Amino acid sequence: MVDLTTTYLGLKLKNPLVASASPLSEKVETAKRLEESGIAAIVMYSLFEEQIIHESLELDHFLNQGADRFQEAMSYLPDMGRYTLAPDIYVSTVSKIKQAVSVPVIGSLNGVSTGGWIKYAQKIEAAGADALELNLYFLPTDPNLSSTEIEDNYVQLVGDVRKSIKIPIAVKLSPFFTAIPNMAKRLTEAGADGLVLFNRFYQPDFDLEQLEVVPNLVLSTSQELRLPLRWIAILSGQVDVDFALTTGVHTTEDVLKAMMAGASVAMMTSELLQHGVGRTAEILAGLENWMIEHEYESIQQMKGSMSQTSVGQPAAFERANYMKVLSSYRQQA
Amino acid sequence: MSKKMVNIDGNEATAYIAHKLSEVVAIYPITPSSTMGEWADEWSAQKRPNIWGTVPLVVEMQSEGGAAGAVHGALQAGALTTTFTASQGLLLMIPNMYKIAGELTSTVFHVSARSIAAQALSIFGDHSDVMAIRQTGWGMLASCSVQEAHDFALIAQAATLESRIPFLHFFDGFRTSAEVNKMELINDDVIRQMISDELVQAHRARALSSEHPFVRGTAQNPDVYFQARETVNPFYTVTPAIVQKAMDKFYGLTGRKYSLFYYVGAPDAERVIVVMGSGAETAYETAKFLNARGEKVGVVVVRLYRPFSAEHLAKALPATVKKIAVLDRTKEPGAGGEPLYLDVVNALMETGRTGIKVTGGRYGLSSKEFTPAMAKGVFDELKKDEPKNHFTIGINDDVAHTSLDFDPAFDIESPETVRCVFWGLGADGTVGANKNSIKIIGEETDNFAQGYFVYDSKKSGGITISHLRFGPQVIRAPYLISQAQFVGCHQFTFLEKYDVVKYSMPGGTFLLNSIYGPEEVWDHLPVETQKSIIEKKLKFYVINAYDVAKATGMGTRINTIMQTCFFAISGVLPRDEAIEQIKKSIKKTYGKRGEAVVQKNFEAVDQTLANLHEVKVPAQATSKVGRIPAVPAAAPAFVQNVLGRIIGLDGDNIPVSDFPVDGTYPSGTTQWEKRNIALEIPEWVPNLCIQCGKCVFVCPHAVIRAKLFEPKALENAPATFKTMDGKWKEFPGMKYSIQVAPEDCTGCALCVEVCPAKDKSQVGRKALNMVAQPPIREQERVNWEFFQTLPIADRSIVNVKQVKNTQLLEPLFEFSGACTGCGETPYIKLLTQLFGDRTMVANATGCSSIYGGNLPTTPYTVNQDGRGSRWSNSLFEDNAEFGLGFRLTVDKQSEYAREILPSFASVVGESLVSELLSADQSNEAGIKAQRERVALLKQRLAGVNDLKAKDLTSIADMLVKKSVWIVGGYGWAYDIGYGGLDHVIASGRNVNLLVLDTEVYSNTGGQASKATPRAAVAKFAAQGKGISKKDLGLIAMAYGYVYVAKIAMGASDQQTLSAFLEADAYDGPSLIIAYSHCIQQGIDNQRGLDQQKLAVQSGYWPLYRYNPALIAEGKNPLSLDSKDPTIPLKDYVYNETRYRVLVQSDEARAEELLKLAQQDVKSRWQYFKQLAAMHYNGE
Repeated sequence: MVDLTTTYLGLKLKNPLVASASPLSEKVETAKRLEESGIAAIVMYSLFEEQIIHESLELDHFLNQGADRFQEAMSYLPDMGRYTLAPDIYVSTVSKIKQAVSVPVIGSLNGVSTGGWIKYAQKIEAAGADALELNLYFLPTDPNLSSTEIEDNYVQLVGDVRKSIKIPIAVKLSPFFTAIPNMAKRLTEAGADGLVLFNRFYQPDFDLEQLEVVPNLVLSTSQELRLPLRWIAILSGQVDVDFALTTGVHTTEDVLKAMMAGASVAMMTSELLQHGVGRTAEILAGLENWMIEHEYESIQQMKGSMSQTSVGQPAAFERANYMKVLSSYRQQA
Repeated sequence: MSKKMVNIDGNEATAYIAHKLSEVVAIYPITPSSTMGEWADEWSAQKRPNIWGTVPLVVEMQSEGGAAGAVHGALQAGALTTTFTASQGLLLMIPNMYKIAGELTSTVFHVSARSIAAQALSIFGDHSDVMAIRQTGWGMLASCSVQEAHDFALIAQAATLESRIPFLHFFDGFRTSAEVNKMELINDDVIRQMISDELVQAHRARALSSEHPFVRGTAQNPDVYFQARETVNPFYTVTPAIVQKAMDKFYGLTGRKYSLFYYVGAPDAERVIVVMGSGAETAYETAKFLNARGEKVGVVVVRLYRPFSAEHLAKALPATVKKIAVLDRTKEPGAGGEPLYLDVVNALMETGRTGIKVTGGRYGLSSKEFTPAMAKGVFDELKKDEPKNHFTIGINDDVAHTSLDFDPAFDIESPETVRCVFWGLGADGTVGANKNSIKIIGEETDNFAQGYFVYDSKKSGGITISHLRFGPQVIRAPYLISQAQFVGCHQFTFLEKYDVVKYSMPGGTFLLNSIYGPEEVWDHLPVETQKSIIEKKLKFYVINAYDVAKATGMGTRINTIMQTCFFAISGVLPRDEAIEQIKKSIKKTYGKRGEAVVQKNFEAVDQTLANLHEVKVPAQATSKVGRIPAVPAAAPAFVQNVLGRIIGLDGDNIPVSDFPVDGTYPSGTTQWEKRNIALEIPEWVPNLCIQCGKCVFVCPHAVIRAKLFEPKALENAPATFKTMDGKWKEFPGMKYSIQVAPEDCTGCALCVEVCPAKDKSQVGRKALNMVAQPPIREQERVNWEFFQTLPIADRSIVNVKQVKNTQLLEPLFEFSGACTGCGETPYIKLLTQLFGDRTMVANATGCSSIYGGNLPTTPYTVNQDGRGSRWSNSLFEDNAEFGLGFRLTVDKQSEYAREILPSFASVVGESLVSELLSADQSNEAGIKAQRERVALLKQRLAGVNDLKAKDLTSIADMLVKKSVWIVGGYGWAYDIGYGGLDHVIASGRNVNLLVLDTEVYSNTGGQASKATPRAAVAKFAAQGKGISKKDLGLIAMAYGYVYVAKIAMGASDQQTLSAFLEADAYDGPSLIIAYSHCIQQGIDNQRGLDQQKLAVQSGYWPLYRYNPALIAEGKNPLSLDSKDPTIPLKDYVYNETRYRVLVQSDEARAEELLKLAQQDVKSRWQYFKQLAAMHYNGE
């Protein structure tokens, strides 16, 4: 019997497979099914800063629209007494899922400013979340905004949240930093207990008939595993923090690679959305079989075994590796 | 128990008690009573119980007549039942009211008294409606103030239970119903003590019951009806005493003393006014003021009007009284006097007080101001030996010379009362902020507060003027402020049009929202304003509230900013305390809308003071600009002298002689009211334009137009006038232009939204783009004037079946005051384009009659030949019948013309007669030819001196085909007017009904009814409508001979066009149900067309046309014009706040209702598909 347990953010997990933030955690029923199929922890769907602000302003806008401007109609909608906005629904869902499952439940806040929305970190904590994942996603479009300013802002944000809650904090990052290791170090120093690599962005597409920019959702593939794999391999020996690998985890092999790179957990969404929650059990069974076949005793044993510091050929993860790929390509041609 | 003071309006004060004392409430919206029903519905939705601990059942009916019927039934079955209404609504209740009184049934109806539609509709307050029920046998109790409305609601209920006489409790519409005032809330203990449970039990015991069965509602014959009718007399005899007893008990419980006829004034008064309603407060405050200055006058306030107790009135009058003026707030043309006057005369006669000279007069019709100056004018008139009788006060009647003189400058206001006037724009939140300030001052300090809000009748860009009073004493001043210590003007542009500081008293403070800072603002003020500021020695402050609003994310809502300024400089509260209270209030008001809203308001408060500046007022008025005339000099005399004065807010001073005697007003007057309300307007880029005409098609205000013309017409074109070569194969060599009316555009941007032509090098740029209006206003004004001189296309050669070509047709509906981006008006405009001057429109009361016919200016206009569509509004409930009447006249008179025409063959020519009788008028060319024949006919008959020839001449126009349109909103079509609509479509007559379906009662504030969809929230359906929308189209189709179309312009303009043309062409009844986006759905109108598209794509709004004419051809009459649903219903509905708020308030119910609503869509779609697939060819 192999030991699949792992520790992430100080949480003891029965295996390294975690459901990443997705619509799968919007319903208690699906969360229960995730647990039943063996998932070790559930990261809740993200509560977006923009959503919190937008929803509030939108409600205000439409309730004000037309109000007190015409003598026959002082308003156009009844006063509903109270409005349960997204944050309230979120907190309530965290609480319900927490009660319904026994695996750890990790809240997810997505935002970049240090505004009033951060107080929702405390609400999520109060709702029973075992940890909080901060999803830092800011797309800079202003040429006058420097990377230093953005990075300082991230660090400040993590520090602020750290001060406001007691539960562990993971920070989900984008791959678009000039100096990822330094950023990882600074965020860890600011209070992050874990780093989740990497956030995956939905890129807009163009509709050529309507000449419009349209949102486009494309699920990940195993190919995309390479990017986080490489960076976890580079960082895991250098920055003292838990790593979660997300993006491109579809198979047992993907999970194994994540572990060997140094991740504490592998996070998965696209595979479950595409093929159902039941895939968890299949991947876990595969994981166990592979470990038995290859005579691994535990996840702990393989964790970080192929990180940059462990692999014995550090250049494999650096620029030399890039040159090597290019040259092999030429040879094939 | 400590007193609980609240700041609420008369409607809420009344509804509070009515809800506490009812088991069943049947409601129907009508201004100004609607909010009473809304409160009742909302409280029941919130599970607020009555005093017996059960939540009243609130049911919305299809009309006031329906509500009265339901109330009657509920009463007969034993429930404590009430309703709320006004005006025409009350008239519709009269039949049931006779029954309820005849059966001695205890109930109270609460009425915010309002004018009755006569020469015109008016939503404002007077006693015309309540006076119309005085013969029904109901008790009538009149309240003068918000506190009294609250108190009398309870006293009336106590009295009706004991007397068994049903009671009408009424108060003045708007003046009391909408006035916010500080008052003491009656606690439940007092209510319980006022209402005897034994009497409640007795009421139930009289109800229909199988335990002690009886019949009620028999029919009686001449032998007994009379006697049976006389049985009730003893009940009426004792009722005044019962009411007084209830008042006395109430006094014991609350300390507020009332009497049936309340006398106030000198005990030895010689001159007395008798008056009822809010005007009484003005009269007796004036009497007190005059008595303090040595006069001997008094006022009798009539509280119990029916049963009218002559004995109590006589007792109330001091023995010294020599002259009485009775003031009636109603008009009874042809009567010997108005009702209260006649009652008083009769009472004095019957009680032997015959030595008193009594005069009667009218005041305050349709909320006309009744001020202390006017009350003094009446007292002064009584000083004369022969005071004028049957007088009017408050107007200048230079026709019948009924009006009394008065000195408008007379003022009795206490110096202790702080008076403030705020000018705002409907959308800027001024009224909301002022209501908030009243709450802050009224609830957080010991001061009393009063607020009254005046609006114009425009649904976009309308003005609001708020009148606020604060002071240490109870405020009894039911009239507008004339001398304010503080005047705030929240829009700089108002200075260009109005005398804003006319309300300022000398030494007062003037606050202006200005884009110009303290150093530069002075030079931008009109010289008239400068002079007033100097003369009145006003302290002058400015703030650029828009800058602060923009910086803090408030958009155009400057309410919080201006409110902060007011508190900062008015001194009504210490500044720090005021800021703290504003923030507390923000938290309370907006907290439930989310933290972001609270934060941005806090920021606005914090940033305000740094931007508030005092302006150093120079000693001289030096401005080079003056106020702009209300209408341009080119406007016709009537527009200058009457409508222009109304626009300039001077309507109160127009004399009687200037008005038409029968409510007839000139067409096409909106063109003179240049409102300039758009911050941005569309700008045309010719080289991108594909000339599709969609912009013109969808424009709600007819401000963007296209013309095709000969190049030579451009000879005198302004330099900036844009043109391009026309792209019409059938009209080669022509020039084409799109032009915007810059001063009439409301900036809705629907034209830009619909424009399909994108710049290939910059896709965000289209053939139309919104640009700032002020920099191009003058240039485009000149271009617009030139554009109007260009020729209109000859409609007889335009193929109107293509959307592209409709842009060439002249609209006869323009520049209405409808909401920016209105979803209804594009359909009306299209109708006038397609059928032109042969259109006759019968318009149901509602949004479309308000933007269609509310003074000062009206949008139905004339064409270049001076001919135009005929438009009239009768009522809300009768519109289908009213329009059918049009048709009947057209049919009869055209038949008569055809009957007598042949007899003039020798005079006008055989061939002309034959052509007139056999003319093909199925297209524009045929109609044009017929017009010419009719003109020729008239010409040839002109010299014939024969009665029949004159008859024929007078009706010859009926030989030209007419297009009768019956237009209205869904409240009319689905609910109140449905019976008539059903009868009219069943009649088989050639009428066209256009239902502008916004799915709620838009005009009265978004109340639900049968057209409201399942899962949507609306007033009267605060828990989300649980049942699906009535399928009016399907019902109409069942007749088999009614043309029916369901259309949505945003989803298919071509289908919309086809439906209108087919409806007109069909020689029978036609019904078009048009999806009309509306702000009450909780969308931005700018996105209205997209939302229409989604409604169709989701299958919620299937497009179809059912044309019975096809049956004869063996074809299926039903053609489904939209495709199978491609998106789930939620993708459509959750773009709208009316659906989203249900998710936010009751997610489980929202989920359940959405599921059912989606099923509705599926079922309906399948059903229609099957109908459309049926064979009609006999197989």
